[in-house]
Amino acid sequence: MNARRSGSTFPAPAKALAAIAVAFFSLPLIGLLWRAPWSHAAEYVTDDASLTALKLSLICSVWATALSIVFGVPLAWLLARVKFPGRRFVRALCTLSMVLPPVVGGVALFFALGRRGIVGQYLDRWFDFRLPFTTAGVVVAQTFVAMPFLVVTVEAALRQLDGRLEDASRTLGASSWYTFRRVTLPAIRPALAAGAVLAWARALGEFGATITFAGNFPGTTQTLPLSVYLALDTNPEQAIVLALVLIAVSFAVLIGLRDRWFAGGEGEAPRVLL
Amino acid sequence: MSLHAEITHRLGTLDLQVELDVQPGEVVALLGPNGSGKTTLLRCLAGLCPIDAGRIELNGVALDEPSSGTLRAPETREIGFVFQDYTLFRQMTVLENVAFGLRARGMRAAEARRMATAWIDRVGLMDYARQRPPALSGGQAQRVALARALVTSPSMLLLDEPLAALDAGTRATVRRDLRRHLATFDGVALLVTHDPVDAYALADRVAILDAGRIVQTGTLADVTAHPRSRYVADLVGVNLVAGDVLEGVLTTPAGVRVIVADAPAGPAFAVIRPHSIALNRDVDAHSSVRNSWVGTIAEVDRLGDRARVGIVGTLALTAEITTAALDALHLQLGDEINATVKATDIDVYPA
Amino acid sequence: MRLRLALSVLFASLMGVFAVACGDDNDTKPSSDGAAISGEVVVFAASSLTEAFTAIGEAFTEEYPDAHVTFNFAGSGDLVTQITQGAPADVFASADDSNMTKLIDAGENNGDPIVIAKNTFQIIVEPGNPKGIADLADLADPDLIVVLCADTVPCGKGASTILANAGVTVTAKSFEDKVKGVVTKVTAGEADAGIVFVTDVIAAGDAAEGVEIPSGLNVISNYPMVVTKGAPNAAAAQAFVDFVARAQGQAILALFGFLAR
Repeated sequence: MNARRSGSTFPAPAKALAAIAVAFFSLPLIGLLWRAPWSHAAEYVTDDASLTALKLSLICSVWATALSIVFGVPLAWLLARVKFPGRRFVRALCTLSMVLPPVVGGVALFFALGRRGIVGQYLDRWFDFRLPFTTAGVVVAQTFVAMPFLVVTVEAALRQLDGRLEDASRTLGASSWYTFRRVTLPAIRPALAAGAVLAWARALGEFGATITFAGNFPGTTQTLPLSVYLALDTNPEQAIVLALVLIAVSFAVLIGLRDRWFAGGEGEAPRVLL
Repeated sequence: MSLHAEITHRLGTLDLQVELDVQPGEVVALLGPNGSGKTTLLRCLAGLCPIDAGRIELNGVALDEPSSGTLRAPETREIGFVFQDYTLFRQMTVLENVAFGLRARGMRAAEARRMATAWIDRVGLMDYARQRPPALSGGQAQRVALARALVTSPSMLLLDEPLAALDAGTRATVRRDLRRHLATFDGVALLVTHDPVDAYALADRVAILDAGRIVQTGTLADVTAHPRSRYVADLVGVNLVAGDVLEGVLTTPAGVRVIVADAPAGPAFAVIRPHSIALNRDVDAHSSVRNSWVGTIAEVDRLGDRARVGIVGTLALTAEITTAALDALHLQLGDEINATVKATDIDVYPA
Repeated sequence: MRLRLALSVLFASLMGVFAVACGDDNDTKPSSDGAAISGEVVVFAASSLTEAFTAIGEAFTEEYPDAHVTFNFAGSGDLVTQITQGAPADVFASADDSNMTKLIDAGENNGDPIVIAKNTFQIIVEPGNPKGIADLADLADPDLIVVLCADTVPCGKGASTILANAGVTVTAKSFEDKVKGVVTKVTAGEADAGIVFVTDVIAAGDAAEGVEIPSGLNVISNYPMVVTKGAPNAAAAQAFVDFVARAQGQAILALFGFLAR
């Protein structure tokens, strides 16, 4: 697209509103930067506890993203392509955790997967396995709140995808699985990447469901958002620095991945911008 | 390699009931108005829409037969399908697109590449083998789609409006190429089109599909000589009136009477050629002309020294008169007019 | 209960608007000392006061019909942050002295705080005490799932002191950011025990049970309350503080398990 041309057709009121939107997002960040105790920043960041929390956050959010892809893509496919009674209900159900207050989500996870939960009681009884207070519990809580972001994005892409591409593949002798891998998946790659990044970002910032379901223990379940929140009471300076670390990591990933994943070859399918 | 198909399939408002036989090496064009079921018929043959009842048999093998529970998936049908806008895989190169069907069937990469390359060469696109579809023109994309469909040597080739998306200039060239490829293709070929020129140039036989039924088959010349549907009549530019003949009068379902010359009794089609129709401002009671209908002028098209005049009323007709006559009559849109035709100028044949 | 309060607040404010609009105050009976007390009182109170203060708010508006109370319940630390960032609070009630000190250090108080209630700790266990926890020493059992509050919040500081007093080392599975987090994990059956305020055990009702901690080892936590410097409605704010400190307020607090001030 020609930047000069698109600029000239962009109406002034929209420009002003967009500028306000940019300010709305950048001012809080500037506020954090402004209040950050730069002289002590290094020691707060290199603090063992902070590094442990950061490492745990990265590990858990990557796991949550991976699980969201493994289960979320088939779910999105089911919702987009298979007509079955109650599909709208299932869709609402599977995206409910987007609107559910995360703390409530955490409590609901107890009832399902906790020691006394519908499924959790058997995990406990038969395998002596409990999710709460474990790193796996953090991953479960993060996946619970993050997966809908991927499902919604991928489902929309599957709906927009020309079904005849898949038809063409089938008529060329490709099985449905081969078609899915070689035709469908590459065609929705930008949306899948966008959905995965959204899910990852949501998982990285997850607080409520994590602390409710998995608790808060350094090294096991205390992710960076939890340590930021706890530091707010005792050491607000450290909280600000840790929050900035979280932001910096997200920023680096979002900007870094944009070019690798979102851009295709010359003349590729329209990019999903992020 | 022959196709035998008896298809009953309902899809929304479409009620498709078709019986079709195609011989090896034969190219059949499916012509018909929008929504008549042409594309759905192709999709049924490809296995993309399972039929409700009937039987599809290719080379003696049942592909789809609900009564016996037989349904072969599209990927097991040995077919080639060229979709209307080619549906090339955008993220793959031309070579990968053409090799797709071979790879999907498990052929080794080197062999698949060799065969795909041969076909790309055959359609004259060697320079584009490493390009991706967005870099191709419409005609080039069409040729890639054809090569992709033919590289697996299918028993049946299905082409859905293969030329519709092309501009007029490219169309002629691509049509000529397609004709060459179809001539050497020894399987069954079905071609959906709405352009009689395509049907004429590419097909051995046409089948006219209207509202889910094949209303006429034969060579294009046969079919246009004796239209049996409004679609064909419009295509050829004649007026078609369907009804029942009794004692020299054809009566339409709406009750309009058309006096015809000798014709056997029973359901029949009457063809009224536009230039057989005369237009007058007044009813001429003493005329020897025996058919006379009053109507309103809805459309006037001047074509050189001739003009086609669309009339609506008891009978919708298109008349063709000289522009001189048109000007002499001072005809305006909305004017009431009397259309007359001699009974001997009307062709009647049994339905 | 909150819905009822919200409705009654809404109703009261509508009536206020109605009375002003009609210039008619026949319906509002001037009470002996309540004539000057009117308008909205915004109370920022620690989460552990939620149930008790909601009830006190209703009693307060019965005594001062022209006034209505709006509550903001949150962790004491969060409330101090909100007030110092300019939130329009009239009254601040803290669950401990240290957060009150923070507010005073920030110069956001108007006058000296008064202690309106005290709270002590109990061991919270599941109903029926299935693990048979009798005292603090039992919490040291490594097979037991114990959750505590983080040191950054009042209940966590209290628990640390109590365990130190008892000379017991507990390996907690989690350090919750707020006392309700401990309560939730015990009532949901995920944790076997925790150390929380007596009032939290009472508020949990049938879903949990409390095990007494000997007074020699226990910690008594103060609930100080103060009118804020920027109080938009200082007179009504002071009336609310006084009301909580008087017999009726104290009786309600006692009902919810708080100790007399």
